[in-house]
Amino acid sequence: MKVTVVDYGRGNLFSLGQALQTVGADVELIDQAVGIRNAGCIVLPGVGAFKDAMTGLCDRGLIDPLIDAAQRGTPLLGICVGCQMLLDVSYEFGEHEGLALISGAVEMLPLPRPEDTDLIRIPNVGWHEIEPALNNASANGLFIRSWMYFVHSYAPRPRNIEDLSATIAVNGQKVPVAVSRENIFGVQFHPEKSGTAGLELFRRFLSIADRMKKAV
Amino acid sequence: MFTPRIIARLDVKGPNVIKGIHLEGLRVVGEPGDLARRYYEEGVDEILYMDTVASLYGRNNLLTIVEQAAREIFVPLTVGGGIRSIEDIIAVLRSGADKVAINTAAVANPEFIDSAAQVFGSQCIVISIEAKQREKDRWAVLTENGRESSGRDIVEWAAEVQRRGAGEILITSVDREGTKRGFDDDLFRAVRSCVDIPVIGAGGAGSADHVIQTLCLNEVDAVACAGIFHYEICSVRDLKNAIAATGIRVRPEAS
Repeated sequence: MKVTVVDYGRGNLFSLGQALQTVGADVELIDQAVGIRNAGCIVLPGVGAFKDAMTGLCDRGLIDPLIDAAQRGTPLLGICVGCQMLLDVSYEFGEHEGLALISGAVEMLPLPRPEDTDLIRIPNVGWHEIEPALNNASANGLFIRSWMYFVHSYAPRPRNIEDLSATIAVNGQKVPVAVSRENIFGVQFHPEKSGTAGLELFRRFLSIADRMKKAV
Repeated sequence: MFTPRIIARLDVKGPNVIKGIHLEGLRVVGEPGDLARRYYEEGVDEILYMDTVASLYGRNNLLTIVEQAAREIFVPLTVGGGIRSIEDIIAVLRSGADKVAINTAAVANPEFIDSAAQVFGSQCIVISIEAKQREKDRWAVLTENGRESSGRDIVEWAAEVQRRGAGEILITSVDREGTKRGFDDDLFRAVRSCVDIPVIGAGGAGSADHVIQTLCLNEVDAVACAGIFHYEICSVRDLKNAIAATGIRVRPEAS
């Protein structure tokens, strides 16, 4: 299956491409609007700062094509900052608009409290077992209890509970780490760096995307 | 919930993984691709490649080794040794690394940390600190893979690299490195007390008990082990099972 990875000039797409190929994807890197319009399945990666990533999309004229594709029903998976950009707004270094495909905001992780013995330092770098949320059925079973690798200080907080797909526990709070709405999916963690569990998530995403395409 | 990371450290010289004592007296222990693949399959949480001769662009260079690893190893890869410029970082990341570890260039020019963190994000910048004990609770910062003394003190330097935007600190005890006498927990505590960012402890683990002892103290977020894996004293799988048996959470292998 052909997977269009959005390349907006930020970060390293080598590992992501390798991981997708390992589970059978035919990966194409796209940095132009026409590639997004023709895509059958889109992966939106991202590292670094939210504002910088949105600027990268904007400079290449990719914001409207991405929104159009998502609204037309093209399966879309956002990873890390690519997941955060699916929401309305981020509060990282100010206030910045996202793609507004899933209602909600990107908020800072809860800081460790002095009483926490089991504290998570921020940035949160490392592995967590994700807990699928109740809406997992609407996310087509994409998320299962499994260990994933995280590097982040912010996380997506969907406004509607039905858009929440998975959480982890950080400093005494449940933090959203996966969101979904119909054909739109987002993961705060890095499946391409999460060993077998991450590869399996990609495999499930491809099969969900394939089913969605056939249904259209 | 906090889950310490178990990192496999591979010190690379030319086409080989080597291991010494106090970062010296090196001997070949294997091939970088074979060892990394084995540790990945056994469930290691991260791979750290350190080029001991800083031959970033030499023959049999590290970039080729990293690129090969990134094709088949899907856990984070950190690469250090000889990284002196933004262009070096770009080259390493393009070859498939997720983070870079910087020591000598950061000590020589601390502003390099600021600019690297601004360009690539703090999450990408690990500052590697090599520590040599001078007296009780005092350590000096070494550079050039333990060959040169910088005149800096560990505690001040650790605080400075955090302030300048480092995302993690890799702290290696040169005194313990390769000795199998156990980690220097006093050193780790000294670093922990002056920074909030994740700290990776390295240098001296000779048994699963050494790793467990350090993790129980809860001063470090991760440990980097080399000889214990290379000499097959303990596999990654056995180490993780031993840690889990004490009640400390680790990521289960092939989860």
